[in-house]
Amino acid sequence: MMATQKYLRCSTLPHIWCPGCGNGIILAAIVRAIDRLGLDSKKTVIVSGIGCSSRASGYMNFDTIHTAHGRALTFATGIKLAKPELNVIVITGDGDATAIGGNHFIHAARRNVDITTIIFNNSIYGMTGGQYSPLTPAGSKATTAPFGHIERPFDIAALAAAAGAVYVARSTAFHAALTTDLVVKGIESKGFAVIDAITQCPISYGRRNKMGSAVDMMTWQRDNAVFAQAAARMQPEELKGKFIIGELFQTQAPEYTAEYEKIIALAQKGEKKK
Amino acid sequence: MAKVRLMQGNQACAIGAIAAGVRFFAGYPITPSTEIAEILAEKLPAVGGKFIQMEDEIASMGAVLGASLTGVKSITATSGPGFSLKQELIGYAAMAEIPVVIVNVQRLGPSTGKPTAPAQGDVMQARWGTHGDHGVIALSPSSVRECFDLTVKAVNFSERFRMPVILLLDEVIGHMREGVEIPEVSQIKIENRKQPIVGPEEYEAYRPDSDGVPPMAAFGSGYRYHITGLVHDYHGMPSESDELTEELIDRLHSKIERVKDEITLYDEEFIDDAEVVVIAFGASARVAIDAVKAAREQGVKAGLLKLITIWPFPSEVVSKVGQKAQKIIVPEMNYGQLVGEIERYIPREKVISVRRYDGGLFKPEQILEAIVAAGGERV
Repeated sequence: MMATQKYLRCSTLPHIWCPGCGNGIILAAIVRAIDRLGLDSKKTVIVSGIGCSSRASGYMNFDTIHTAHGRALTFATGIKLAKPELNVIVITGDGDATAIGGNHFIHAARRNVDITTIIFNNSIYGMTGGQYSPLTPAGSKATTAPFGHIERPFDIAALAAAAGAVYVARSTAFHAALTTDLVVKGIESKGFAVIDAITQCPISYGRRNKMGSAVDMMTWQRDNAVFAQAAARMQPEELKGKFIIGELFQTQAPEYTAEYEKIIALAQKGEKKK
Repeated sequence: MAKVRLMQGNQACAIGAIAAGVRFFAGYPITPSTEIAEILAEKLPAVGGKFIQMEDEIASMGAVLGASLTGVKSITATSGPGFSLKQELIGYAAMAEIPVVIVNVQRLGPSTGKPTAPAQGDVMQARWGTHGDHGVIALSPSSVRECFDLTVKAVNFSERFRMPVILLLDEVIGHMREGVEIPEVSQIKIENRKQPIVGPEEYEAYRPDSDGVPPMAAFGSGYRYHITGLVHDYHGMPSESDELTEELIDRLHSKIERVKDEITLYDEEFIDDAEVVVIAFGASARVAIDAVKAAREQGVKAGLLKLITIWPFPSEVVSKVGQKAQKIIVPEMNYGQLVGEIERYIPREKVISVRRYDGGLFKPEQILEAIVAAGGERV
């Protein structure tokens, strides 16, 4: 059976995403990663926030929860801490993760709870019709930036690494196979892992910014992505206007729930940590 | 025999939570509730439970809901400003029917207000703090022992009805110390959420039993179902059906309304022949009993109806008292919140509101004066 059929609730399809949306590609990449790792679907929980991306949880045949806007990581933290034996995967969007959920994002990274977070980064609030997000590039048009956007976007990867994530990677909808590879590595990492998955929103972002069809937007992803290994050998001026994909940051740090188990052991011996 | 121990209300609340089977706490520091977090940070790991201090009040609400989904009884504690922030996910818990207890040790507001003077200003926030309509259970203790007992009750109700339950303490009750006898664990009635009796293939996460409450499978137990804050069908999947919407919103109310008698907790003192009845809760009720006794000494037939269950509003109990009594005195440490609800069931001309909203606790004389004036009026 195809991984996508095995792990999706096929009765809930077709999905709600617009024609040309890249979210389905990222979703498929995630379930292929789960399949490759052979995760027990009864011990895997998918947690999402609110927005186009976060509807993905409903299509997936696991214990799934579509939480409130920005709050997926807070629920995920409770789930993982209460039952560390569960695999916890968070699906979120750029606005969900870094605007309304920005505080939770940096603190989940700092705490280093063993959660893999995949950000469906389409540069815009799609579900509400095209308002700018913290990932909308400066100069872009949005319904709430009709004269052009004047804010600088976050670099999610740098933000996640600075906040304490142990694994940070970036891919695109075009690079679907790479996305699967990176999600696999993220899940395998012991700690907080972030995959910034760039995806196209031809309806609410591309059209307003004259980026053409979904195919044109994916061609743009192909032509402007530079693999991390190649980027390391390039000059800054060569990288202008490009973005780097692949594994961007890796480190090791104590994982929160494992540390907490030590607290329980101390408390049950009646000792306090020296 | 159980030993008598000196402890404060917040402490009784924390040990009550553990006695009720709570094994997860997430919170954010805020006076006058912080002792609950501090005590549980120390006590929970010793019983294999988990404590986490989250980055804000919203996050702590999300974390307790996440933990509860895995079958672990969960609690959080806060005060008014934090309670406001938690409302978003209290609404989520109501809609998605996730058991959880929220302790709100009230302080004077609005906003940061007067930290941390006592008040009872969150009566209406407890009922109407979220957007949309759903049933609410809120309990209010007026002694340290009641902090223990009602924490257990709140956890039991949250499990039995699959909903958030609010425990409304106030600064006086939370910080007051009394000698209390804590019952043995074997003496405490513990309720757990219903488990599905069917296998994963037949399980419908939101199909209610005849009591209006759907059995709840724990995440990770093999049932693999969906939860959303959207209006949903019996499978938990989003639905835009008008019929299902109405049925769901009805059920979020009726699952507790149908057993309202059972969840309406109250005490009556000197009520049988009372002509002037004080209706009070929390710290105000504690002061009121002294005022009632003093009024009796002065020849006024006074009584006290102490409300423990504030929501759902005990309308039948209040109506009954209102029919017999000549005058009703409603002392509360706010600008007049509960009194409006009482006036829905007792004619306004009988009802006298006694308010205190300067951050101080009532003095018995203040309530006594109102009782005596009302008694004199009648004569």
